Amino acid sequence: MSLRDFPSPPSVKVDRRTFLKGAALGVATAALPLNSANASLWSSLFQKHFVEMDEDDRKRVIARLENEARQRYGADIQIGAADAMPDVKFGYALDLSRCIGCRRCVSACSAENNPSRNPQINWISVLRMKKGEKWIDLEGADKYYDPLAVPETDYFYIPVQCQQCENPPCVKVCPTKATWKEPDGIVVIDYDWCIGCRYCMAACPYGARRFNWSAPSIGRNEINPHTHYLGNRPRQKGVVEKCTFCIQRTREGRYPACVEVCPAGARKFGNLLDERSEIRHIIEHKRVFRLKEDLNTVPTFFYFFAS
Amino acid sequence: MDALQEKSRVTVGQAIRGGKAYRIWVACLAALILAGLLAYFRQLDVGLITTAMRDQVSWGFYISNFIFLVGVAAAAVLLVIPAYLYDFKPIKEIVLFGEMVAIVAVTMCILFVFVDMGQPLRLWHLAPLIGKMNFPSSLLIWDVLALGGYLAINALLVGYALRRHSAGKEYRLAVILPLILLSIPWAVSIHTVTAFIFNGLSSRPFWNASILAPRFLASAFCSGPAIMIVLFELMRKYAGLKIEERALAKIAELVAYTIGINLFLLGAEMFKEFYSGSAHLAPLRYLYFGLNGHDRLVPWAWLALILNISAFAIFLAPDLRQKPVTRSIGAGLIIVGVYIEKGMGLVVPGFIPDTLGEIYQYWPSWSELIITVGIWAAGALLYTVMAKFAIAALPHAVQAQDR
Repeated sequence: MSLRDFPSPPSVKVDRRTFLKGAALGVATAALPLNSANASLWSSLFQKHFVEMDEDDRKRVIARLENEARQRYGADIQIGAADAMPDVKFGYALDLSRCIGCRRCVSACSAENNPSRNPQINWISVLRMKKGEKWIDLEGADKYYDPLAVPETDYFYIPVQCQQCENPPCVKVCPTKATWKEPDGIVVIDYDWCIGCRYCMAACPYGARRFNWSAPSIGRNEINPHTHYLGNRPRQKGVVEKCTFCIQRTREGRYPACVEVCPAGARKFGNLLDERSEIRHIIEHKRVFRLKEDLNTVPTFFYFFAS
Repeated sequence: MDALQEKSRVTVGQAIRGGKAYRIWVACLAALILAGLLAYFRQLDVGLITTAMRDQVSWGFYISNFIFLVGVAAAAVLLVIPAYLYDFKPIKEIVLFGEMVAIVAVTMCILFVFVDMGQPLRLWHLAPLIGKMNFPSSLLIWDVLALGGYLAINALLVGYALRRHSAGKEYRLAVILPLILLSIPWAVSIHTVTAFIFNGLSSRPFWNASILAPRFLASAFCSGPAIMIVLFELMRKYAGLKIEERALAKIAELVAYTIGINLFLLGAEMFKEFYSGSAHLAPLRYLYFGLNGHDRLVPWAWLALILNISAFAIFLAPDLRQKPVTRSIGAGLIIVGVYIEKGMGLVVPGFIPDTLGEIYQYWPSWSELIITVGIWAAGALLYTVMAKFAIAALPHAVQAQDR
C-alpha cells in the first residue's frame, strides 16, 4: 500500500496558496473533527460529555458521528456504546517466558483499533532487552529492533501497552474528566471531550498514551467498521488515544485482538472477579509482577513466567 | 461623568499616538504578531505536527515559555512587598508598572497554553458550570483558577489606579489595600501550583523532587524583578518616567538574595542526584553532560549556569548593582539564564529519557519559534500600550511633558 491510497495524507510541507487558505479557514474549521456541514459543526462543537448524555443524546450523536465517518472513509462504520457488564473486571497477563518479540500483537492491534497509519500510531510497544545484564533496564531497551528473525538468542522482549491501572495517574491529572475508569476496569477517553493538553501523557509512567499530532489517516480498505464510542471509533487530530483492552470486542465477550493473534500464546485475558478464570489462576499460582510497582499505580496488567 | 469620560478619552488617545520611533516599534511588533498568527493558523490546520513535539516529548517550547512567564508574573509581588509591607516610598510610586507586568505575563501564559492545545475550540470544557472541571484532582484546573484570579486581581488594581488618575481624582489606598495584600500570597500560589503541575507526576523523576516548588519560586523572584529593572531603565530613558535611583537599587538588592537562594537550591538538587547516583539521575545527566551521545541541551544548560553565576557576582557587589549600566547587564544575564533554566531546561529533560527509556531529542521547530515570537510581540505591544497610557495618566510621574 502506497501513501497515495490514503484519503488525506497529512502534508506538513504546505505551499503558499494552501497556507493562506488554511490561514483564512483555520479558525473556523481546523480544530473541528472532519468536514461537517454547518449544523453538524455546531453540534459537534457543543457536544456533551459522554457520561452526561442520555439515551436520546447518545443516539443522535452516534448517528452524526457514523455519518461523518462514512463520508470520510466510505465504509459503513458502526459505533457501539455498550456499557460495562455487571460483575466483570478485566485483567490481563503476559507470559514473558513465551513472548518471542514478533510484534504480531502490534499489527493486529493496529488493524483492529483504527489508529492513524501515517503518521504511524501503535498502542503496543515491544521492548527488546539484553539477556544476562539487568532485569528490566528500560534505558537499555530498544523499541525499534529489526532483526531477520525472532526470537534472538541474546534478547528477551517485554510488550507494553496501557496497564489499565487501578490508580491511574492519567485520570487523576486530566483537567476536564475526558478520561476515566469504567466499572469493568478499562480506562477510556471521550475523544470529543479531550482538549489535547497532553497532561495525561506526562503523567503516564508506561508511555501508553498517544497523541494525534496530525489528522489521522487510514486507508479506506484498512478501516475496521466495528467500533465502540470509547474505543476504536475514528479519532480526530489533537486528541489523545490508547489501548482500551479492545472494548468493542471484550464487552461482547470476545478476546482482545492481541490475545487472539499471539502465536506463542503469551497473552492471557479474563475476568478478575471470576474465581475459576484463567487470569485468576495465573495470578494466584505463577510468579507475577507489575511494571513500576513502586509508583503504586496498581496495574491490572500482569507479567508472569509460566516456565 | 461626562467630564470624566472626556478626560480618559484624551489619555487613551495619548496612549495610542506617538512619535516616529514609537510608530516603528509598534509596526515591528504588529508584523511579528501577524507572522505568529499565520504560523498558528497553519498549526491549527495541519495539527501540532508542525511542532517538533512528539509522543516521547509531549510538551516543549510553548510550555517552557509558559513556566518562565508564570515566574515573571512575580515581578509585581517583589515590588508590592517593599512598597506596602515596608512602606518604601520610591517603589510605591512605580508598583503600578510591576502590576502591569503581571497582567501581561499572565496573558502571555494563557496564550502559550492555548497554542499548545490540540483542540483549542474546546477551551470551554475547562470553564466552571458549562465545562467539566476535574477539581480538586487536576493541578491544571488549580492553575486555571490561580492564574485567572491573579489576572483579575492585577487588572482590578491597575484598572482602579489608572481610572482614578486619568480622571484626576484621588487614589484611595484604603479601597484597594485588601486586594493589594491578597496579591502577595496569590503570586506565591501561582508559582507553587504551576510547580505542582510537574512536581506531582511520579512518572517523571526529574520533576518529582520536593525541591521543585521552592526552586520555581526562587528563580521566579530572580527573573521577574530583573525584567522590571530592564523595563524601568527603558521607560526612564525613552518615556521620561521618573524613577528614584533608590527604588532600582532596592530591587537589585532583592535580586541579589534571590539569585543566591536559587543557586543554592540548584546546588542542593545537583548534590542529591549526582551523589546518590540512582537511575533517576538520567535526565539531569542528559541536561548537563549528555546521555549516550545525546547532548542537545548541554551547551545551553552550562550557559545558563554561567549567566546565573555571573549575574550573582554583579548583584552581590554593591558598586556594580548600583550603577545603572552594570545593573542592567546583570539583569539581562539573569533573565536569559532563568529563561533557559526554567524553560527548556526544566521541561525537556523531564521527558528524556521517556518513561520507556527512549531518547527523543527535542528542539523547537520554526513554526514553534515563530508562534512563540508572535506571543512575545503581543505581550510587548500590550505592555507598551498600557505603560504609555499609565505614563500619560500620571503626569506627576513624568519628567518630560512632551513625551
